[in-house]
Amino acid sequence: MPEKSLIHPVDSCMETQDKLLDVRNLTVRYGKTTIVNNISFDLQAGQWLMLAGPNGAGKSTIVNAVSQGTPYTGRVYFEGSDAARRKPSDLARSMGVLTQDHNVSYSFTVEEVVKLGRYAYSPGIFSSTDDEDEKSIHSALELTGMLPIRQQSVLTLSGGELQRTFLAQVFAQNPRLLILDEPTNHLDLVYQKQIFGLIKDWVRDSGRAVISVVHDLSLAKAYGTHALLIDHGNMVSSGKIDEVLTRANLEKIYSMDVYQWMENLLAQWQN
Amino acid sequence: MPSPSYPAGNFVKDRHEGFRILEYTLLGIIMMAVMLLCVCAGSVSIPVDDTITAIWNTIWGQPVPAGISQSIIVFVRLPRVLCVALVGASLSLCGGAMQGLLRNPLADGSTLGVSSGASLGAILAIAFGITIPGLPIGGTVIMAMLFAFMSLVLILSLSYRLDFSLSTNTIILMGVIFTMFANSIISLIITFSGEKLKSIMFWTMGSLAGSSYQNALILFIALAVFGTLILRFAKELNAFAIGEDNARHVGVNVKKVKFAVLISVSALIGVCVSIGGTIGFVGLVIPHMTRMIVGPNHKRLLPISLFLGATFLMLADLLGRVMLNPLELPIGVVTSFIGSITFVIIFYQSRKAG
Repeated sequence: MPEKSLIHPVDSCMETQDKLLDVRNLTVRYGKTTIVNNISFDLQAGQWLMLAGPNGAGKSTIVNAVSQGTPYTGRVYFEGSDAARRKPSDLARSMGVLTQDHNVSYSFTVEEVVKLGRYAYSPGIFSSTDDEDEKSIHSALELTGMLPIRQQSVLTLSGGELQRTFLAQVFAQNPRLLILDEPTNHLDLVYQKQIFGLIKDWVRDSGRAVISVVHDLSLAKAYGTHALLIDHGNMVSSGKIDEVLTRANLEKIYSMDVYQWMENLLAQWQN
Repeated sequence: MPSPSYPAGNFVKDRHEGFRILEYTLLGIIMMAVMLLCVCAGSVSIPVDDTITAIWNTIWGQPVPAGISQSIIVFVRLPRVLCVALVGASLSLCGGAMQGLLRNPLADGSTLGVSSGASLGAILAIAFGITIPGLPIGGTVIMAMLFAFMSLVLILSLSYRLDFSLSTNTIILMGVIFTMFANSIISLIITFSGEKLKSIMFWTMGSLAGSSYQNALILFIALAVFGTLILRFAKELNAFAIGEDNARHVGVNVKKVKFAVLISVSALIGVCVSIGGTIGFVGLVIPHMTRMIVGPNHKRLLPISLFLGATFLMLADLLGRVMLNPLELPIGVVTSFIGSITFVIIFYQSRKAG
């Protein structure tokens, strides 16, 4: 896999076209507090970028800004154009998000939830689902193992099944960029591996990329190709995963030997 | 991947979301039958065939045979029943839409305080003599719509500030407090209303009893315009019902949809309140029952709520008219009685589930 340095010199604007995502000088403030401070990074197809750092570092805020869910200053170029200027449905056709919490309060079926992943392809009320929609929904359900229980109410699902339902939704959406905001936080290790295994297979297809917010560094190391290490809204390091998750970098922000823990726990992700 | 076995009881019966002609025809027939029943029954019962003859002949401009009380049927009961049906349909649709949008099964014009806001607007219009030339009720309607929207925006922004996830407790508490606030201002206006007191009291106590065809027409136009707008957003409301963030992630224009639905809902509630007064809990009970029968998919939930809401409110009105004959119970009393019990049941269920 041809890989360039992830650190992007802010001044060279010419290369935006070849990058899937190009984030420049991203800053997010809530009131007077700066949550994310002037962060720039980019992402190419085939890469899996891990956003790591301690709690409250601003990891989730960064992905929220990228998916246009929070106001920010700076620029987010996605597929060569300014993401802020794209229509929500247009953006959703190439950018999907999987989050941690799903407080579903009504008894929608698994299939109904997955079907909403096709919303961006036919937003009107009169547009019914076509063959391609059906195919995407079916294969998403199949891929995530939810096909046998597609008629089941989501209120009756376990945590792992619910997360797989929303993973199927985002697969049906067929994005190029998948954004994961700690989607497996509440899950047992077995289900975590299951979800990440599915995403690992998914990203193999050409043109796709993933950004993950993680707090588990061994997980970051096991699945990521690149990493961005953040502390208190500032970028500490960015680049290839092995160059970022080094003992020196980790000690800087965690002020203890987290590196060894990470190395020790790495084995749990390998089959 | 582990493949656990799934108990058969967890499966939801196959649901089709498309338009089912048979279903709606059936609901339409039931609604028409109830409408006919409500025109016939009352303090004076009128045989069905006489009723049909009276209505038919009046429509085609033919004289009504002697012995049939045309005035009761055509000028008293029919406009009232039509207004009741339209209000029931509108309030149920609004309730269903709000419950989807806010992901909260207890959301409704009356629980959120929107109805009280609308009442405040209507009373202000009467107290300050705000009217539209040629349409005496116009001022009240417009003011009620305006105040319904303003109160909804106020209540939601206050709740958002307190708790971004808009949990049941926050939003219902805000609704209760706002209702008290609006009522206190209403009392204040009544105290200082002077010679307008009589017309304000008339409106406050007024029910749908004195409804005219003009009122029915206003309700119909409002339902046709804003109801259609709400139904158009059925798919988006499904996304909101699953979660607002999720709606944004699948590509729903969250701001636009929210704004359009809130405008439509407050406009419809405003029109209903200015014509029929505060009729609580219809928008709570009907969508809830409908959801239990057909599931939470708004493509079916909303239109079916519309039919059932009209049918339910006509029956509630009939009950109010005949139960203590010759006394007449206000329609709001009947719906609040049924509605508050349902509220408690839903609240208990949702607390247990959550």
